[in-house]
Amino acid sequence: MLDVESANFVFPNEKHVYWTVMIVLYPYITGLVAGAFIVSSLYHLFQKQELRTMARFALVASFVFLLFAPLPLLMHLGMPHRAFNIMITPHPTSAMAGFGVVYLSYLILVALEVWFSVREDLVNNALKGGKIKRLIFKILALGDLTINEETRALDHKVVRVLSAIGIPLACFLHGYVGFLFGSIKANPWWSTPLMFIIFLLSAIVSGISVLLFLFYLISWLRKVPYEDGVMRVLAGYLWGFLIIDVALEIMEVLSIAYEQMPEWQVLSYLIWHKLFFSYIVVQNLIGSFVPLILLALVNLTRLSNRLAHLFVFLSSVLVLIQVLAMRWNVVIGGQLLSKSFRGFTSYFPGLFEKEGLITAMIIFTIPFLLLRWIDKRINLFPPDSPLGQARSG
Amino acid sequence: MKKPMNPVTDSFNLERRKVLKSGLSTVLALGLGFFPKRLVATLKSQGRWYGFVVDLTKCIGCGACVRACKAENNVPDGFFRTWVERYTFLKDGRVIVDSPDGALNGFEDNPTIPRSLIAKSYFVPKLCNHCTTAPCVQVCPVGATFVSQDGVVLVDYKHCIGCGYCIQACPYGSRFLNPAGYADKCTLCYHRITKGKKPACVLVCPVGARLYGDLNDQNSEINKVLAGTRHAVLKPELGTNPKCFYIGLDQEVR
Repeated sequence: MLDVESANFVFPNEKHVYWTVMIVLYPYITGLVAGAFIVSSLYHLFQKQELRTMARFALVASFVFLLFAPLPLLMHLGMPHRAFNIMITPHPTSAMAGFGVVYLSYLILVALEVWFSVREDLVNNALKGGKIKRLIFKILALGDLTINEETRALDHKVVRVLSAIGIPLACFLHGYVGFLFGSIKANPWWSTPLMFIIFLLSAIVSGISVLLFLFYLISWLRKVPYEDGVMRVLAGYLWGFLIIDVALEIMEVLSIAYEQMPEWQVLSYLIWHKLFFSYIVVQNLIGSFVPLILLALVNLTRLSNRLAHLFVFLSSVLVLIQVLAMRWNVVIGGQLLSKSFRGFTSYFPGLFEKEGLITAMIIFTIPFLLLRWIDKRINLFPPDSPLGQARSG
Repeated sequence: MKKPMNPVTDSFNLERRKVLKSGLSTVLALGLGFFPKRLVATLKSQGRWYGFVVDLTKCIGCGACVRACKAENNVPDGFFRTWVERYTFLKDGRVIVDSPDGALNGFEDNPTIPRSLIAKSYFVPKLCNHCTTAPCVQVCPVGATFVSQDGVVLVDYKHCIGCGYCIQACPYGSRFLNPAGYADKCTLCYHRITKGKKPACVLVCPVGARLYGDLNDQNSEINKVLAGTRHAVLKPELGTNPKCFYIGLDQEVR
C-alpha cells in the first residue's frame, strides 16, 4: 500500500535530480526548430501562398534555434570538455549516440537551405557598401555574384528539394529526442512508445506558436497591420496539430490509469500532487484547454479579424507555455518519481546556479537576439510585404 | 552456471578482426534499423563471470558494509555505491521503508512507530546488480560504461562525459553523478577482486550476508549457495538479467 505522506522513500542516490532545467530547455528548443522548419516548408514545398511573408523568416528562425539547441546540453554535461566523445566514439546501442549524426545532418541541411534562400541578398550586400562589408558578403556568397533568372530558378528548386528532405529529418530529430525518454524502461512516466510521437506533435505546435508570436511582435513593433492570411492559415494548422497533440498526451495517461497497472498508484500521486500546478493547471487547463477553445472559435465561427487576431495571439502564447510545461513535466516529473515507486524527491532550479534559471533564460534569449541581428542585415521578409517594407522604410 | 550471451557487452571481448567485422555489420544493421544482437554475441567468455549473493535472512542492518565501501572507494558524502534499506510491515498493512543516510550509521528504532504496531521487519542491502544486459551500458552514448570480461559493470571515468543517461536508465538507483563530473557506481571492488581479495563490503559483513564469486565455476561457494537456496533478483520483469541474487526476497522489495 502506497503511503507517501507518512512513508516517503527514495533510494539514497535519488535525492539529487540529475537532469535539470537545462534538459527541459533542450527538447523545448529542438521542438521550436522542427516546428518552425515545418512552417517554412508549408510554403516552400506545399505552396501555401498565404505563408509567403513568413516562410524565409521561419527557415532562418529554425536555423538559429538549431545552432543553440546543444548549448543547454553542454551546460549540463559533467565533463563538457569531453562533449565531442559523443561524435568520436558513438556507442551504437545508445539512442543518445545518434545525436551527432541526427543533429549534424539536420544542421547541414538547414544551413544549406538557408544559404540558397538568402543567396540573392548576400550578393546584393556584396555589391554595395564598404570594402570590408563587401568582402565579407562575397565570402559568404562563396565568391559567385551572378544573379539572373536562371540562378533564381535554380536557388528556388534547391530550396524546394532541401525542404522536402528536411521534413522527414525534422521529424526524425524531434522524434529522436522523444525516443530518448520513451525508451527508458526503468521509468514508468517516460517509458511509452507514444513518447516520440507526442514530442513530435508538441514540437510542431510550439514551432507554429513561436512564429505566430514573433509575427505579432514584429508587426506590432513595426506598426504594420497584422496580415490576415498568415493568421488564418497558421491558426488552422495550430488548431489541427494541437488537437492531435493534446489527445495523445491525455490518451497516454488515460490508458495507464484505466489499465490500473501497479505504477498507476505512484503516477496518479505524481500527477495530482507533485505536478498538480505544472501538469493539471498549466499544461492541461491553461495551456491546452483554453487555446483549443479559442482556436476552435477562430476556425469555426465568423469572428471579426480583429478578435481572431487577439485569440490567435493569446493561443500562441498559451501553447508556448503549454509545451514548456510539458517538457518540464516529462523531464523533471519523471525524476521526481523514485524508482522504488515508494516516494518522490523534489526539485526547483536556483536562480544563479550553473544550471539555474538565469542561465536558462540567457540561453533561450540568444537565438532571438541573433535572429534580430540577421534581420538587420538581410531582410528576412519579402520586400513587397508590409513587414518587409516597414523594415526598409 | 554458464555465462549467457550478451548482446551489449561481448563486443568488448572481440579481437581486432572481429571488431572490424562487427563494426561493419553494426553499421549495416543500424542502417537496416536492427539492434546488432546476433552479430556481436559470437564470443562466450570462458573465464570468470562474477555474481553476488545477498542473504536477507542474515542481514542485521549494522551498516558496516556501507562504511567499508565508503572508506575503501572514497565515495563522496551523500552518495552511495551500496546502502541498506529497512522494510517495516505494520499490522494495518502499511509498509514503511527507510534508509537513513543509506544506513551509514546503521539503524535506530523509528520513534514514530510503536513496537506493538509492527508485524515484521527486515533489512535489504542494495548495490549495483551487475546486470548481464545492463540498461546503463546500453544507453551510454560514448561507451564509457561497459561490462568487463568477467561480468562486472564498470565506468571508464576518463571517457565518461557526465550526461547522466545511465543514471536515468538504471532501474535500481545504483548510480550517481560523482561531484567531479562523471558517473560513479559499485565496481564490486574490482581493484580488490582482480587480486583475489574480497570486495570490502563482503569482507566486513559480520554475519556473512554478502557473498561474491564466479558463476562460471561449478565448485565456487556462490554456486553452492545458489544451488541450495530459493532466490530471486530485483525487477526481473525489466529484462536486465541481474547477477545480484537475493535469498529470502519479498515481493515488496523493489
